[in-house]
Amino acid sequence: MYAQLVKTAGSGVKSREEMSENEQDFQDRVDSDQKIEPKDWMPDDYRATLIRQIGQHAHSEIVGQLPEGNWITRAPTLERKAILLAKVQDEAGHGLYLYCAAETLGVTRDELTEELLSGRMKYSSIFNYPTLNWADIGAVGWLVDGAAIMNQVPLQRTSYGPYSRAMIRICKEESFHQRQGYDIMMKMAQGTEAQKKMAQDALNRLWYPSLMMFGPSDKDSVHSAQSLAWKIKIDTNDELRQRFVDQTVPQAKYLGLTIPDENLKWNEERGAHDYSDPNWAEFFDVIKGNGPCNTDRMNTRIKAWEDGAWVREGLMAHADKKAARKQAMTAAE
Amino acid sequence: MTDQDALFQFLLRMGDNTLVLGHRVSEWCGVSPVLEEDIALANTALDMIGQTQFWLGLAGEVEGKGRSADDLAFLRDVWDFRNVLLVELPNGDFGQTLMRQFLFDAWASTMLGRLMYSSDKRVADIAEKASKEVAYHVERSADTVVGLGDGTPESHAKMQAALDLLYPYVGELFESDAVDAAMVSAGIAPDPASLRDDYDTLIKRVLSEATLNVPASKFTHKGGRTGYMHTEHLGHMLTQMQWLQRAYPGATW
Ligand SMILES: [Fe+2]
Ligand SMILES: [Fe+2]
Ligand SMILES: [Fe+2]
Repeated sequence: MYAQLVKTAGSGVKSREEMSENEQDFQDRVDSDQKIEPKDWMPDDYRATLIRQIGQHAHSEIVGQLPEGNWITRAPTLERKAILLAKVQDEAGHGLYLYCAAETLGVTRDELTEELLSGRMKYSSIFNYPTLNWADIGAVGWLVDGAAIMNQVPLQRTSYGPYSRAMIRICKEESFHQRQGYDIMMKMAQGTEAQKKMAQDALNRLWYPSLMMFGPSDKDSVHSAQSLAWKIKIDTNDELRQRFVDQTVPQAKYLGLTIPDENLKWNEERGAHDYSDPNWAEFFDVIKGNGPCNTDRMNTRIKAWEDGAWVREGLMAHADKKAARKQAMTAAE
Repeated sequence: MTDQDALFQFLLRMGDNTLVLGHRVSEWCGVSPVLEEDIALANTALDMIGQTQFWLGLAGEVEGKGRSADDLAFLRDVWDFRNVLLVELPNGDFGQTLMRQFLFDAWASTMLGRLMYSSDKRVADIAEKASKEVAYHVERSADTVVGLGDGTPESHAKMQAALDLLYPYVGELFESDAVDAAMVSAGIAPDPASLRDDYDTLIKRVLSEATLNVPASKFTHKGGRTGYMHTEHLGHMLTQMQWLQRAYPGATW
């Protein structure tokens, strides 16, 4: 999940009697699966929560370019390089759709960027882990894009129209990424001893961080009920995590790789796998800024933004000059 | 030099240009000045790597020693590379990267326009495919050069500095030698020198719109397309690009 620990604004789910007439109408529309569009009335807290959630998702797409970009210049074949470039290009495109969706709620892309760079807004914890060998690029596609899909498929039905439409577009590409990631893992798992070692090493390091993508356990997840009622969250964190584990276990088995969890086993009674939780203390450390790559990722983004200031200003100045010239010409006619 | 050798060298020159520049552009991943540029640069790099697969794929076929495009890209050393020096220069700032891109795109669009009429159908087919992409690249890089050249005083100064730095590498694109003579006589490719007028017309129009001055000196650095003497930068680039193939020989990726 690219949006984790999104704090829902407001004081929790209101009863029907506590709602204003507007709020009642709004909730009725949500309950009957009608989409809320930008011009429609919506509760302030709904708007604020959506901005946080969509913004965090957009930031994740942008920062998510970095761990993969780390291997673009070392991709082992021309085809792998092309596939990775196309994927990273897609991710930047996802960032763009999502910022556009957020803009319909009355916040600009530049404002959101400022929030990210000042540390007031977050991005998914997963991108604070390093990509250390080539199999990590496979594992990221397989697990990270896989976990993103798990979260985003239900969000295609989310109540906010522009968000829902962005998700529909994005999901198609994410499944493509996941297949390509799995394909890298296949090559590695069937390759030389060194390649197998890389594949297992990647899975060992990325397994628990992938589970963390769905956010904290339901019992520690604050305000979830309101987001569920508004349908900007469709399933709970634990439901999604369970689905992810159940989907991934047979895939790992097919690759001949071992998921680094001694407690992982099929539970006949539940019809699901039992598995170990990630280390939640580590998760909260990463969220607070103490993950292995937080500092690098933020410094890289800040430097890119600052180094690019003259470019943005130059292009804007040129656009203004052009508009002024055009106006002068029209006036002269 | 047989015709076969000359054609092989010509194809390496085409493919190494796109490989090396595509790689350089890909170094921008995730750190460009604005999201639209992240997308555009990734797209440009992607197109150039795709063109490389065609050019080097055909080069390997023509050579006839069973080398694939990947073998040529990842298992040759510096002296066997045939790209012009311009494309191997480090990226510098965003303005320098886009100026280099424009100076190259302008050449590529002129060159590919001629190669579409090559007597070698394989060459003509690649040129046809690539020219559609390059038409878009040159439009985009030209727009950016104009926007930044005729932007703020700061962006103007940076673009003029980029042009001053890079212009002395432009002339190599129009150098001719025995390989080119063989290509001309076989009707496969034009004499590079014959592209210069069209090129000059194109870049002068764009650079004047960008309010930039083309340096007067006709001096040119060279040594890339013959392989005689590359810059120090290429070796470092290959160290990174070829690392996995060199460290784990024979693996399938
Ligand atoms: Fe994405
Ligand atoms: Fe996503
Ligand atoms: Fe993706």
